Amino acid sequence: MSPILTDAAPLPDDSADGLSILESQESAAETFGIPLAVLAELTHRCPLQCPYCSNPVELERGGSELTTAEWKKVLTELAEIGVLQIHFSGGEPTARKDLVELVRHASDAGLYTNLITSAVLLTRDKLKALTDAGLCHVQISFQGNEPVAADRIAGLKDAHHKKREAARWTREFDLPLTVNAVMHRQNLHQLSDIIQMAVDLDADRLEVANVQYYGWALKNRAALMPTLAQIEDTSRIVEEAQARLKGIMTIDYVAPDYYALRPKKCMGGWGRQFFNISPSGKILPCHAAETITGLDFLSVRSSHSIAWIWQNSEAFNRYRGTGWMPEPCRSCEFKEVDFGGCRCQAFALTGDAGNTDPACTLSPMHEQIFRTAEAEASGGSDRLIYRNFAGGTSETGGEYGP
Amino acid sequence: MPARPRNISVTEASRPILPRHAKLRFDDTRQRWVILVPERVLAPDEIAVEVLQLCDGTRRVDDVVDLLAAKYVADRAAISADVIAMLQNLADKGFLVEARETSV
Repeated sequence: MSPILTDAAPLPDDSADGLSILESQESAAETFGIPLAVLAELTHRCPLQCPYCSNPVELERGGSELTTAEWKKVLTELAEIGVLQIHFSGGEPTARKDLVELVRHASDAGLYTNLITSAVLLTRDKLKALTDAGLCHVQISFQGNEPVAADRIAGLKDAHHKKREAARWTREFDLPLTVNAVMHRQNLHQLSDIIQMAVDLDADRLEVANVQYYGWALKNRAALMPTLAQIEDTSRIVEEAQARLKGIMTIDYVAPDYYALRPKKCMGGWGRQFFNISPSGKILPCHAAETITGLDFLSVRSSHSIAWIWQNSEAFNRYRGTGWMPEPCRSCEFKEVDFGGCRCQAFALTGDAGNTDPACTLSPMHEQIFRTAEAEASGGSDRLIYRNFAGGTSETGGEYGP
Repeated sequence: MPARPRNISVTEASRPILPRHAKLRFDDTRQRWVILVPERVLAPDEIAVEVLQLCDGTRRVDDVVDLLAAKYVADRAAISADVIAMLQNLADKGFLVEARETSV
């Protein structure tokens, strides 16, 4: 769901007044302690068909999903080893009939529970039950600020209207609300209106997240890649809104790395401070990691504990730290700043996850990638390929998907 | 109508409390106090923890300041300024509310 969960820039360090962000205190040299937060992708099933979905193109079918009992065991184990927060995501987590039960179990185990949802399956009663079960925070994705464009991107009629309703219930139950707006060429012109919509929905926080191009989004890159002019406008609009809305709504901004000079510190570095669990129980360094072929990701169904998999499995150690790095990363002064960028992007664009992320200007492939992006931004078709279990379906006009 | 007022201004007359979605908790694994908030884990220092434990929804800020000034035999005005600044910072992020009259 959220393509940026841990990519979001941390708040400024406010240690001067006695409060700081725990993640920012951990040094790069520290050993790999258990993450503070874990993403639980309960299912890949989803009523939406967003063309930039962060799930892998090879979606896991409902039949392979962990059972209620298996998820409960996982949640208990996570709390025991020191995880503090759980993000229930998907696919669409509310497609699981046992979500209320899982939220209650997580809360009872002491975990802080976040729900990352498209919200179209929520009813007022369902949200009330989740609140009573201990849910702490709701994050709702929006595809635009008005229904025509938003429903087209989501590939679902009436989706925008349902999201607005669910946002209203969230605040009615006094839960904090994050609006997650995924941005691309076809909706960046709506950014100011989306910011105002989030304020009107009484959101506490807005994530303005540019699409990250792997998996489904890579399939749709030509239709989604923004122009450089759009990105410059975006940065200006976000900065102005951040200043204007201080104390009212926090805005976290994720820039598109194709137009950056340095790659993003993806997931805070591979296997450094984050893992997620796929619907079938695989422990992954990021939600897109399965796009990299040739890595063997172990499951909670294996004979190993979650902590063992995190600390010892080959897939987590492959790109951990800096020892794996080739040049130009190996001798780069920024190697512990960005940890070589994104492994999934390196794999998607160069065929080798061990290469420097081409988003970096120091990558030999950067120039070529940047030119491709510019060409696609100005000349690409707007036609979308919708995300589904059939491997994607081209937009036909009028109706959404198959 | 917002369910929760924004832009709380913390004064000595405030009766602040952490809202339901900001949880002050001792983290056994890391042996330190944390405040769990949406998508973040805050790391309060010892004084912030002490202040927040005193902000139970019945005490006013001036009560908290009195207690700390007596305990640390320190300048009351300085403590008041520090406590209000810390609480205001939390309030600005939406992690502090005024206790409702009914809960007193």
